[in-house]
Amino acid sequence: MKAVVTVSGTDRRGIIAKVSVFLSEKKINIEDISQTIMGDCFAMIMMVEMSDCGEDFALLAEEMEALGREIGMSVRIQHADIFDAMHKI
Amino acid sequence: MFNSYDILETIGMIEREHLDIRTVTMGISLLSCIRENADATAKAVYERVTKCAERLVPVAESLSREYGIPIVNKRVSVTPVSLITASFPKESAKIALALDRAARGLGIDFLGGYSALVHKGTAEYEADFLETIPEALASTERLCSSVNVGSSKSGINMDAVRMMGRIVKKSAELTRAQDGIGCAKLVVFCNAVEDNPFMAGAFHGVGEADAVVNVGVSGPGVVHHALSHQPDADLTDAAEIIKRTAFKITRAGQLIAKEAAKRLGVRFGIVDLSLAPTPARGDSVAHILEELGLGVVGCHGTTAALAMLNDAVKKGGVMASSRVGGLSGAFIPVSEDIGMIESAERGKITLDKLEAMTCVCSVGLDMIAIPGDTPESTISAIIADEAAIGMVNNKTTAVRVIPVPHKTVGDWVEFGGLLGRAPIMPVHDGDASKFIGRGGLIPAPIHSFKN
Repeated sequence: MKAVVTVSGTDRRGIIAKVSVFLSEKKINIEDISQTIMGDCFAMIMMVEMSDCGEDFALLAEEMEALGREIGMSVRIQHADIFDAMHKI
Repeated sequence: MFNSYDILETIGMIEREHLDIRTVTMGISLLSCIRENADATAKAVYERVTKCAERLVPVAESLSREYGIPIVNKRVSVTPVSLITASFPKESAKIALALDRAARGLGIDFLGGYSALVHKGTAEYEADFLETIPEALASTERLCSSVNVGSSKSGINMDAVRMMGRIVKKSAELTRAQDGIGCAKLVVFCNAVEDNPFMAGAFHGVGEADAVVNVGVSGPGVVHHALSHQPDADLTDAAEIIKRTAFKITRAGQLIAKEAAKRLGVRFGIVDLSLAPTPARGDSVAHILEELGLGVVGCHGTTAALAMLNDAVKKGGVMASSRVGGLSGAFIPVSEDIGMIESAERGKITLDKLEAMTCVCSVGLDMIAIPGDTPESTISAIIADEAAIGMVNNKTTAVRVIPVPHKTVGDWVEFGGLLGRAPIMPVHDGDASKFIGRGGLIPAPIHSFKN
């Protein structure tokens, strides 16, 4: 299953590193990544593949939110289908 | 590949513009629960509802987490109860209590279907059932009731209309300690639909499958936001913006509906395309109309703006979903929409304007607080007017008014939560009792004969 991870907040060092390590530990593969900085604001979007991740999605989403609080960013993961449904005909 | 703009747009809609799935409603047939007496039927109803909808709340919650979109309400609608209590209508309240207990056990906020369909005539068992509604609403917390008193095909059952004026009043009286909240859970319809997921008017029609999942989407805030970026667009372009936004909102609803049906092991019923407001700021249908250029909702021009909004929502939504149904359009409840509340407070919107608005949008006179001393016949007359609009225009119309006991124009009523708050609005003081007292059936309009 594919999911989208979005990370946003005030830019600081090591954001990508922290999120990538977390994903790697969960056996989640990053397939695409895009990142921009507008002023102080950092926004990163990752497309990930999670068929090897055995963890319950709801639990994973909570852990990612906790990671976000730890690094002072908003971190969320969502099933990719919601974006496909809303933006593709 | 993904498009960053699309992803950020979706997240913005959810985080800032109140995009949500307003309700996932499971429709459950109770026809198999009919037993030889009320107690046995109540037991069968309780068991069927709790078993069928056992996983409704956990499934909806996990969908919400996975897709990152809030699912605000989880609800159940059932077969009109008058049909399953036809042999013992005076004991229908036992079914009401069983349904309320089931709703509490499931953790859902409302359960709809304490209903009767009397649009052409009132059978004796139905008249007895209607009399149980006020007590049923007063003795339960989560149960909702609706009565269909007319249709384009059959005309308007004015005997039932007369009765409903009294039943609305009595429902208010029996719940006077909570400002007549019983009436907030009682809808009088013309052309009621069998697959509506929204409360208080949801019931599971007899033409439906055994169990289905119907989903109501929402998103007035999203439409408002999209329009605010194009303040100078002409109305053709504005309609196009609304259409495109409605498409996106509905696609989210369609996805959730299909997935919920799959996980619950029941059929996907319909997606209801309604724009349903809440009392929260940024979630108002009235503010969309004002964004289109009205100084205040209720001024001249409101009906035209609403007609355009309602139509554009349907056009965008129909394209986005394989099965559309329910009420589908823009809701204009007064107490549940911050823009409406503000306009009513300033005296800028009247019952007459609201009535005109119901000619061009989804449903009808909704969540309107009126003086507690409004005569029964006046309430019946309000219902008759609204039913006539529905009958002649081949659309669903409804009345959900609350004659707030011991309150009058100038006072406020607070229902709290999604039901909101509202000032008491004036009604006309002319007497319609002779007209209502005539009873009988208003015959179906000539254009109903299409065979």
